[in-house]
Amino acid sequence: MSILVNKDTKVIVQGFTGKEGTFHAEQCMAYGTKIVGGVTPGKGGQEHLGQPVFNTVAEAVASTGATVSMIFVPPAFVSDAVMEAADAGITLAVIITEGAPVKDMMFAKAYAVKKDMMTIGPNCPGIITAEECKIGIMPGFIFKKGNVGLISKSGTLTYESANQVVKEGYGITTAVGIGGDPIIGLSYKQLLPMFEADPETHAIVMIGEIGGDLEIQAAAYIKEHITKPVVAFIAGQTAPAGKRMGHAGAIISGGAGTAAEKMAALEAAGVKVVVSPADIGKALAEVMKK
Amino acid sequence: MNIHEYQAKELFKKYNVPTLRGHIAFTPDEAVKAAQELGGNIWVVKAQIHAGGRGLGGGVKLARSTSEVREMAAQILGMQLVTHQTGPEGKLVQKVYIEEGADIKKEYYLGLLLDRALEMPIMMASTEGGMAIEEVAHNTPEKIIKVSIDPLTGFQSFHGRKLAFGLGLPVEEINTFIKFASALYKVYMDHDAEMIEINPLVKTGDGKFLALDAKMGFDNNALYRQSQVNEMRDLSEEEPTEIEAGKFGLSYIKLDGDVGCMVNGAGLAMGTMDTINYEGGRPANFLDVGGSASAETVAKGFDIILKDPNVKAIFVNIFGGIVRCDRVANGIIEATKITNVNVPVIVRLDGTNAIEAAEILNNAGIANIVAATDLADGARKAVAAAKGE
Repeated sequence: MSILVNKDTKVIVQGFTGKEGTFHAEQCMAYGTKIVGGVTPGKGGQEHLGQPVFNTVAEAVASTGATVSMIFVPPAFVSDAVMEAADAGITLAVIITEGAPVKDMMFAKAYAVKKDMMTIGPNCPGIITAEECKIGIMPGFIFKKGNVGLISKSGTLTYESANQVVKEGYGITTAVGIGGDPIIGLSYKQLLPMFEADPETHAIVMIGEIGGDLEIQAAAYIKEHITKPVVAFIAGQTAPAGKRMGHAGAIISGGAGTAAEKMAALEAAGVKVVVSPADIGKALAEVMKK
Repeated sequence: MNIHEYQAKELFKKYNVPTLRGHIAFTPDEAVKAAQELGGNIWVVKAQIHAGGRGLGGGVKLARSTSEVREMAAQILGMQLVTHQTGPEGKLVQKVYIEEGADIKKEYYLGLLLDRALEMPIMMASTEGGMAIEEVAHNTPEKIIKVSIDPLTGFQSFHGRKLAFGLGLPVEEINTFIKFASALYKVYMDHDAEMIEINPLVKTGDGKFLALDAKMGFDNNALYRQSQVNEMRDLSEEEPTEIEAGKFGLSYIKLDGDVGCMVNGAGLAMGTMDTINYEGGRPANFLDVGGSASAETVAKGFDIILKDPNVKAIFVNIFGGIVRCDRVANGIIEATKITNVNVPVIVRLDGTNAIEAAEILNNAGIANIVAATDLADGARKAVAAAKGE
């Protein structure tokens, strides 16, 4: 078991024939992901990486039965691509693109919600179910199969955490990079119940960072509803207030969104919070042995 | 990206958000000329820097004659203005805004920003004009009235009524206020603003509302389609090293410690700073070199980190995913040939081809490059090196 995606998931790529889309679609296929086609307006009817190219998402869905779209279009076209996917009946859009305007995402997300389409990202590494399906840009070989669910705002910290989990002798069910933008799709609060319900997931690692209050919402949810052990790390304990730390959403504004307040809330919810990211693997091993 | 008060007011004027008349001046002579053009017998001389709290720092002064305008402009221009938002070194004032006087009856606060939890803009108003809104929110949260505005339908009159009645405005002023707030929402949406703050918003003796101050910030991701806003960018208000880093696709923020760090990915970069802190050291910077970590970007990273004289050691922490560690190792060796790195460099490379990378670094035999096995080991070695151990 796993959450959201598995070896049978049919995936199309929006921005299929572009440089990034091509490179990563190829990597995903090599990992075992069922990429069944792609969309590049004007290139419909062609073949790319051995798969059909369509002009519209609707055609791609009708012809392939795909339920998930991996989006690689340039930032200015992201909201259009997301809405097209939602309109075509895609159930999950994984938005890899970095740099989409916040206003566009505000509209695109509202439209996706209305059309019952889940989104992951933007500006994220994607989602991977270990040894089954990789939809994104993460290095697949780090994610050995196991019993730990992973949710993270950061790409490289996802790899770092998965690597530590594996070094301790454990593995991953599904890892989701939710992205660090001010407006994102699925967040901790929506993903935690999925991991709670997944019989193969025995523990959850969550990686947060400064800015916004998604981690605080997660803490409240964990306290009430999550029975599986959770290990958390919040990046940016040493970040100065008012400065944007790389991610568009990673900023302490008006004194709110600090690492300290998030760590305190998670601790109060019974989460094992580590101060150093180097201790994520060790802490996970501890809660797994209990 | 942020802009100056006078620039925000230019945008306001185009959308009929009422402001006072004013002119920008770079010299005391220009300040006097501005005052003469405005006419009247009272003017306000306002320092233009990207920071709040200018009045308390002595950057806003009232003048009752043109000779006072000259005197005050001369005082303010060229000063290092220190406010609670500038840091102790303050910011150099290079221009002043000369504004006509106003008959102020009451001061309010009005702000617009993205509510990340609701995923829509919220407008906030308060009777506590002139105070820092964070303090009001902390001490007397009941004095802040908030409305969330669904972007699909936009600003409605009821939003305005909720704020106006909440502020205790008399019935005859409600429509004037709604018009003001509605126009402000349009300024916000049309310019991809991240926040607008009017503090204070004032009511004049004749029942009109005016933006006495104006602060605006914008979504950097949307600047490509906001040419007018882009033209307002004042590079002298930004950190020169941060601008230079940006030109090379690096994201750099200077901090006040002595362990420099170079990392791929923003989250891991923050995590690396936290690890240095946890191991008893202090990070000198945030630096995300991005995905490629080529010899050129690594060399530029070293250059930028070493511009800070406090840096005693550098921790390079790369988790190679798509980017292979052996290529990064070669990049680091090349970089030390391009630029002079005169402090210990602790290198931790993990992920794709990490073993090959370690060999490459060992074989290169560069005296001040020390290999680390993992994140904690690297942070420990970097902290020790910075302490001269």
